[in-house]
Amino acid sequence: MKIILNNREEIFKVDKLTIDELIKLKNFSFRLLVTKINGELVKKENRGNAIIVEGDTVAVIHMISGG
Amino acid sequence: MKFDAIKKLLSSKTVGIAGCGGLGSNCAVALARVGVGNIIVVDFDVIEKSNLNRQYYFYDQIGKKKSTTLKENINKINPEVNVIAIDKKLDSESITETFKDCNVIVEAFDKAETKQMLIETVLENFPDKAIVSGIGMAGWGDNSSIKTVQHNNLFICGDQKSEVSEDNPPLAPRVGVVANMQANKVLEILLRK
Repeated sequence: MKIILNNREEIFKVDKLTIDELIKLKNFSFRLLVTKINGELVKKENRGNAIIVEGDTVAVIHMISGG
Repeated sequence: MKFDAIKKLLSSKTVGIAGCGGLGSNCAVALARVGVGNIIVVDFDVIEKSNLNRQYYFYDQIGKKKSTTLKENINKINPEVNVIAIDKKLDSESITETFKDCNVIVEAFDKAETKQMLIETVLENFPDKAIVSGIGMAGWGDNSSIKTVQHNNLFICGDQKSEVSEDNPPLAPRVGVVANMQANKVLEILLRK
């Protein structure tokens, strides 16, 4: 499936992924994240069943200390 | 647009700034200079000597509360800005109450946990409000990695990778770049509507 991930087009061999699966696949290692699918927030407790499909826009943003 | 017209437009706007540290204090000052009418600044912390390498405070203000001192500093620069200083540690309930009438919200916290809490609270409760966050600004040099990225109404200024630590401290130049980038993005949002 083809999706937009963090403003870039990406292709995956599967036709759907949960956010947790995507995080594992991409090695997003920071422990604190903000995730969105199609503009809507997906909180940590829902990432195991939030499903990404063809054409979705996904944001996975690392929270980094400093400010 | 001439500056007078810009000032007139901005005078009716309200910007909420969560955090009065390196990002918040510098962002607030930039917005006050151009004439944003109402600025809400929130922080529970007190000014320490070690803050002066990046935060918009002065030596004789060490020991004072950040929120009220920032208000003082802003009004010395621009007496016309209505600054609401809130000496408080924000949580998800008080965030919605405090920022509900803001046109734009600036995320200027220091800890990753609270940055997440603020961003998630705003995304859930105010999906139509713009939020401008600062993420990744430690160290020095490397100007070219500092950018602004957009995800719908969430804007992220910073390099999104440099975490603050003892070996990689936050310093005025780089923190200032990010803080002013946030202010610049806020201006863009306020002036486009």
